[in-house]
Amino acid sequence: MYKFKAINVFVLQERASQFFKYIRQLVIVFSVFLLPLTSFANEALPVAEDPVLEKRLVELSENLRCLVCQNESLAGSRADFAIDLRREIREQMKADKSDEEIIDFLVARYGDFVLYNPPFKTTTILLWFGPLILFIGATTALIFYLRRRRTQIDDIPLSESQRLEAEALIRKINKE
Amino acid sequence: MIRFLLPLAIFIVLVVFLGIGLTLNPRQVPSPLIDKPAPVFQLNHLHDPDKIMMSKDNLGKVWMLNVWASWCVACRDEHPLLVQLAKTGIVPIYGLNYKDERDTALQWLRQYGDPYTVSIVDSDGKVGIDYGVYGVPETYIIDKQGIIRHKHIGPVTVKSLEDKILPLIRELQG
Amino acid sequence: MIPELGNFALILAMLLALIQGTLPIIGAARGIPSWIALARPAVQGQFVFIAISFGCLAYSFVSNDFSVHNVASHSNSELPLHFRFAATWGSHEGSLLLWVLLLAGWSVAVSVFSRQLPDDMVARVLGVLGLVSVGFLLFLLFTSNPFDRLLPAALDGNDLNPLLQDPGMVLHPPMLYMGYVGFSVAFAFAIAALLSGQLDAAWARWSRPWTTAAWVFLTTGIMIGSWWAYYELGWGGWWFWDAVENASFMPWLVGTALIHSLAVTEKRGSFKSWTVLLAIVAFSLSLLGTFLVRSGVLTSVHAFATDPARGIFILVYLVAIVGFSLILFAWRAPKVGLGGNFQLISRESMLLVNNVLLLVAAGSVMLGTLYPLLVDALGLGKISVGPPYFEAVFVPLMAPAIFLIGLGPIARWKQASLPSMVIRLRWAFGVSLISALIMPFFMSEWKPLVSFGLLLAFWIIASIFVNIKHRLQNSGEGGLLTKLSRQSRSYYGMHCAHLGIAVFVIGVTLVNGYETEKDVRMEIGNTVSISGYTFRFNGISNIPGPNYKAVQGDIDVLKDDKLIQKLYPEKRTYNASGMVMTEAAIDAGLFRDLYIALGEPLDNNAWVVRVYHKPFVDWIWLGCILMALGGILAVTDRRYRYGIRKKDKTEITSEILTKSNTDIKSRDIEPVILPEVRKV
Repeated sequence: MYKFKAINVFVLQERASQFFKYIRQLVIVFSVFLLPLTSFANEALPVAEDPVLEKRLVELSENLRCLVCQNESLAGSRADFAIDLRREIREQMKADKSDEEIIDFLVARYGDFVLYNPPFKTTTILLWFGPLILFIGATTALIFYLRRRRTQIDDIPLSESQRLEAEALIRKINKE
Repeated sequence: MIRFLLPLAIFIVLVVFLGIGLTLNPRQVPSPLIDKPAPVFQLNHLHDPDKIMMSKDNLGKVWMLNVWASWCVACRDEHPLLVQLAKTGIVPIYGLNYKDERDTALQWLRQYGDPYTVSIVDSDGKVGIDYGVYGVPETYIIDKQGIIRHKHIGPVTVKSLEDKILPLIRELQG
Repeated sequence: MIPELGNFALILAMLLALIQGTLPIIGAARGIPSWIALARPAVQGQFVFIAISFGCLAYSFVSNDFSVHNVASHSNSELPLHFRFAATWGSHEGSLLLWVLLLAGWSVAVSVFSRQLPDDMVARVLGVLGLVSVGFLLFLLFTSNPFDRLLPAALDGNDLNPLLQDPGMVLHPPMLYMGYVGFSVAFAFAIAALLSGQLDAAWARWSRPWTTAAWVFLTTGIMIGSWWAYYELGWGGWWFWDAVENASFMPWLVGTALIHSLAVTEKRGSFKSWTVLLAIVAFSLSLLGTFLVRSGVLTSVHAFATDPARGIFILVYLVAIVGFSLILFAWRAPKVGLGGNFQLISRESMLLVNNVLLLVAAGSVMLGTLYPLLVDALGLGKISVGPPYFEAVFVPLMAPAIFLIGLGPIARWKQASLPSMVIRLRWAFGVSLISALIMPFFMSEWKPLVSFGLLLAFWIIASIFVNIKHRLQNSGEGGLLTKLSRQSRSYYGMHCAHLGIAVFVIGVTLVNGYETEKDVRMEIGNTVSISGYTFRFNGISNIPGPNYKAVQGDIDVLKDDKLIQKLYPEKRTYNASGMVMTEAAIDAGLFRDLYIALGEPLDNNAWVVRVYHKPFVDWIWLGCILMALGGILAVTDRRYRYGIRKKDKTEITSEILTKSNTDIKSRDIEPVILPEVRKV
């Protein structure tokens, strides 16, 4: 699953989106009056008693690892272990626990291993800063390389005969 | 030219880690509960559902908590060893019957022997979650102050008993 | 008898590979023509024996020979014939045999299509390929023999993993391996060049089509794998950042960097040592991927049977091959020339920045994949690194790379002028910015990240238009069609692949932004509506399959009260293993997929049904196909096909020419590709 939500860089755009959400709500309010009242009689019921809570559960458990599975999230796994923990999380959500409290609860029992989003601490500094260090290191190396390279290479002009031969060659290829 | 040796250096570091990685078991997850107080519980006995055991009942002694179930195949592997251990009387073993049916659990104990001082019932797995159980069998060593000192994941073997569990128990019993 | 024959053929192939890996290389170093001449026959012989061996294994599978351990554990008499054949590479042992077969196939291709290359060079390339092959054949024979007998024979087999009983999974490994193994050819060219010291533009030109071909296969392989995950795993995800997926993605990233860097080396003679390093790294990562998957050091959804002896063997092999090549690199690369000069703003430096970004991305993926191992090895506990990390790291690195896709092709080699590029591209930027801001409104809701994704995609598309228009203006007289047909295939290939990136980005952006799903309980006659489509559940029926029993749901899809499609999602229970598989039903379309999966049965004939509306999801794979197509166009460029005919006798090396062609600057047109010229 590919989602952008983990990026923090776009906070500003996030605000813009809230503005547009507001506009959208206005549009919805107006469009309700225009909606014809047709609805299917046999509308299927959502599986979850509380779809909003279920959505929150899925979003949270997608980033939690099922310990007994090879490499699956708690949301995706069909293992007993995952079902039990989902039930536990659901109960805690019903009891108005926040996502952070639930995560703390799980980490206290199973360790950081359950988190797909590794917490920022001393052992993960290299993990979180690694890409940045790589990027800065590579860019610096690149700049130094390009600078040094320019001073190292002198353009040796071709001799007159080489130049003519080269031109003839290029013309020949262009014709083909 | 040192910079041309850089790829080789990175590769050597990588190989060292991969080599160490081969000796590790990626499926064993260490418990964060080690050296933390054992989670409190209050559970019914398996044999006599009217009786209740509380975790604080065991304060003052070193004890072993073994998580088992009749549906657990690997439990059968370790069970004879536990029965033997119980006979020596070195350490009291408490059985946590995890997500099981009472009748089959009792039948199972009659068939394979009952090493447990007391068997307690965790039918919905709630206490299991508190103890961070993720694979049965699991075995915990809890000291006199009620602190978890060791967790063994998977069936107990002769080797793990001799190398780790028994020396630790002796040390804790002091 | 047949399995023994296969085993024997494998041993013979190993001996031939040993000859291929030693004598021609020594012959090339010492100038012994008869040893050099051994390379081609040895390669072809090795291929024949491996093919025989593979045929024997396939025969054992097809004929249900359960006295072979491998067959007994990965097949079943009820398995349909085509899957029995495909089961040949469904196991660890079989997939390795496929690997060596493909390696031998690539080697034969090199031996056949290398007539224009000097014999000593061919001998070195084939020799290196032989050494690579020796390692894998030894690995097969000693730790993973596919022909091991099972005595007494099993009555029936354990069945092929139901996850693999699918056309996508049948095609995925061969394609992926074609890519992995294909990079071994680029690697062999690089090592051969380092050994001989002939690291010039001609070398880049020889290895370029091979590298591109390998990249095409790898792209296709990854695409099929992702597509398979989408429809087979039942919840519509297409990429999970699993360790095994990352193992195939890292060589892809480095391979992409390599084909760009090869372009510079071929056309301008620059970055030679860098290109060689990339060729080594791309193949090393393929080997590392094999190690990660086969040794079991990482947990992954792809559970392969693992064995510590195998891990140790591959690690030793990895050290031998990669360690040797990196030492050779450190020894020879400092003597390699720098090639043509260029300014800070030029196509060369932009390609270099692209390389840096791709490599940093590959490095980050590797860091994330191996970090849990690292922490564990240092005794610091266990952690998991999953999708949230990779997304947070990967997207910011790729955004500037994508921006460069628009800029790079329009920049001139050697020295580009920033102001003129800005002038040329300002309309492209303006148009893409405005349409990216407006488009999301048509989709339902404005989301900043959707707009950003679309901006990147539109930017690529707009700049391709600008580039082609500009190119046509500068390509002489004639009508539009004549001008269009005058451009080379590799030119179109480049734009096609870049367009593929744009299409891919659109797919990812829109499906993430606007995907909707519902998890409902459906009784017969119930309906559920999602994004303007209504699904009506007509009940289920039991359908017997060849080796499974299926429960099939019957669902009508309605739009505006009209039936537009019937969908039949299935839930299969496989007889031999008892495994339950979800077969989603998909109504695919260019602008949206409707995706339905059956969940669990409930009381009263009701079922849990999961429906998804996934806008533009197919663009993800369409983009990959365009990328692969771009690669194919580039490989079939006429300059590779007519290499022999155009061989010119000249003393001017391409290096001298590219070093200083200031006098004969061909305006904005790329420097013309020189026919093969070598230092005499």
